[in-house]
Amino acid sequence: MYRYDSYDHRILAERVAQFRDQTERFLTGDLTADEFRPLRLQNGLYIQKYAPMLRISIPYGVLSSLQLRKLAHIGRKYDRGYGHFTTRQNIQFNWPRLEDVPDILAELATVEMHAIQTSGNCVRNITTDHFAGIAGDELVDPRPYAELVRQWAAFHPEFAYLPRKFKIALSGSPIDRAATLVHDIGLHAVKRDHGEVGFRVLVGGGLGRTPMIGHVIREYLPRAEILNYLDAILRVYNRFGRRDNKFKARIKILVKDMTPEIFARHVEAEWEPIRGGPASVPDEEIARLARAFTPPSYERLAGDDAGFRAAIADNRVFGNWVKRNVFPHKVPGYAAVALSLKKTGVPPGDATADQMDAVADLADAYSFGELRVSHEQNLIFADVKQSALLSLWSELKGLGFATPNIGLLTNIVCCPGGDFCSLANAKSIPIAEAIQRRFDDLDYVHDLGDIDLNISGCMNACGHHHVGNIGVLGVDKNGEEWYQVSIGGSQGESASLGKVIGPSFAANDMPDVVARLIDVYVENRHEDERFLDTVRRLGLEPFKERVYAAAH
Amino acid sequence: MPRLIRDGSIIDDRWTLVREAACVEDVPRAASIVPLALWLAARDALIARADIGVWLKPDDDPQALAADCPALPLIAVDFPQFTDGRGYSIARLLRERYGFTGELRAIGDVLRDQLYYLAQCGFNAFAVRADRDLEDALKGLADFSDSYQATWARSVPLFRRRTMAPPMRERRAEGAP
Repeated sequence: MYRYDSYDHRILAERVAQFRDQTERFLTGDLTADEFRPLRLQNGLYIQKYAPMLRISIPYGVLSSLQLRKLAHIGRKYDRGYGHFTTRQNIQFNWPRLEDVPDILAELATVEMHAIQTSGNCVRNITTDHFAGIAGDELVDPRPYAELVRQWAAFHPEFAYLPRKFKIALSGSPIDRAATLVHDIGLHAVKRDHGEVGFRVLVGGGLGRTPMIGHVIREYLPRAEILNYLDAILRVYNRFGRRDNKFKARIKILVKDMTPEIFARHVEAEWEPIRGGPASVPDEEIARLARAFTPPSYERLAGDDAGFRAAIADNRVFGNWVKRNVFPHKVPGYAAVALSLKKTGVPPGDATADQMDAVADLADAYSFGELRVSHEQNLIFADVKQSALLSLWSELKGLGFATPNIGLLTNIVCCPGGDFCSLANAKSIPIAEAIQRRFDDLDYVHDLGDIDLNISGCMNACGHHHVGNIGVLGVDKNGEEWYQVSIGGSQGESASLGKVIGPSFAANDMPDVVARLIDVYVENRHEDERFLDTVRRLGLEPFKERVYAAAH
Repeated sequence: MPRLIRDGSIIDDRWTLVREAACVEDVPRAASIVPLALWLAARDALIARADIGVWLKPDDDPQALAADCPALPLIAVDFPQFTDGRGYSIARLLRERYGFTGELRAIGDVLRDQLYYLAQCGFNAFAVRADRDLEDALKGLADFSDSYQATWARSVPLFRRRTMAPPMRERRAEGAP
């Protein structure tokens, strides 16, 4: 993984000192709450319902075991012994004291971590494919570019006070596992005939109140120009994005109002004078960053492990786990493993400090001391030998991280919701739990196959409900919590936005509503047809009819 | 006389900021910073004076001053709220695209915690909000000793400096990430 040099350490230390001073000035009254707000947000600190919430950046989801142990320590020392992994590959602590935050940031800096720009109207954590570097379908390892963009975004002086937050995702593979179509900017690696690497540039995707799929504004951007081009896009947005209405301030609204063609023309005009300038990236720098992501020292293995194959045949429960939670690896004899943080009864994405420590030990023992956070709020061991999977599985079972439900209905993506978040209109975690309890028959859930169910407690869509095959949105009606249901959303390279099926439901009805949607699917599906494809084939009507017929 | 920060020092401000002026007659005889709209309307009358600067609103187009950049002694950019970041882009355009080398001044809601980024983008003068202490605000300019990006203040981005003269890798305890 990328390691800090003396420059990175110095800049981060200065940031910690700056925020310590700002916090002190706020506490003594020298800074007003309004003046302090954007400063603390750009250091990941929200003032939440019950306490501050601190969001710590996990750049493009890559974490070392040492860093995870530090997060466990922070959970124990400054919080209530747990943390919450988010859909932006970050981690949040819900109970730190404001006064302690500078100390927390100083502790994080010792393991090359920070909370820079995890909130506020600035460029947020850069995200990418959680199988980066190991996926067989990858054209280019996106991590060196993600690090390049991370450094460009960090403390960018021109873009710290944008109209609204700004999210960038990169994919190095034609199979999009980073939801790049629903980001403010999506970058898709493209390889030309002579092996030249560049990026297809998309802008204006996003979820939230006005969900949109991004538009391609440039089919091929040479990699050397990536930062100049980002500067150009951000400058157009910074100058012309709406600032009069925060609900219309995201770049997607600007792109829509201008039309993607005109927006692209503005960007190109802005880019032309800086093209080839000092911020064009020399090959040496890309090589330097790529060296940080060289493959670990894999053993040379002939192919699939025979013992592993036999164990799948012998042990159906292990086989089920392999089927859902183990993923192919480009190196023979290796696999990637998803640790499910979606056990029924535990808020999706939550892990206790003890679990984090245990996972860190397992990462050391099984996966070269590294792990990743997926945007579906699970953890990934990217480099596990197939011959070790059986023993890893039994260790994970003991930890509660072996629920074989990746990609299944119960692998619910869910924001913290009204239990924690002051923005939320409704609770989301209890809804997730009620649905998980309703679908407690694992064989049945396996039979249903791939279904993404995403829940957000408000329009801000942290639970990505628009791109759930089944999306649930918490809404407020006269002070009561209701839930609007959409179907047909999907992420990936053919991303689509779900359509609302009709009037919203009370919390108690939600497990039944989901069950009825599933019934329609089971009755109508063609062989091997996924839920999403059945919805696309049949349209909303039969689903609507069933759900609302029963409600009357 | 009011004071401000310029080039890292606190100095007397000899310029009068003319927030509103309908015509040339509204402009004082002393050195004055006039709104862009007035400058554009009365350019011929004002250009003879060497003591006229122009200030821009966040939604003004700095390109309107492209031809005047070589001659103008001072351009100011207004920040109605410090959270309005448009002025940062305006500053870089004035400096980097239109070649303005005179005094570039931040006016309005100008506070200590934004000074470093403002300076990176090309501002060299800061009319800090009147209710704030200038000595205190001055500290904001030293918040960071380096930046990753190519900016006006550091035209060579860190990665180019790194590849030219790679720093010694930090020697850290074993087991560091």
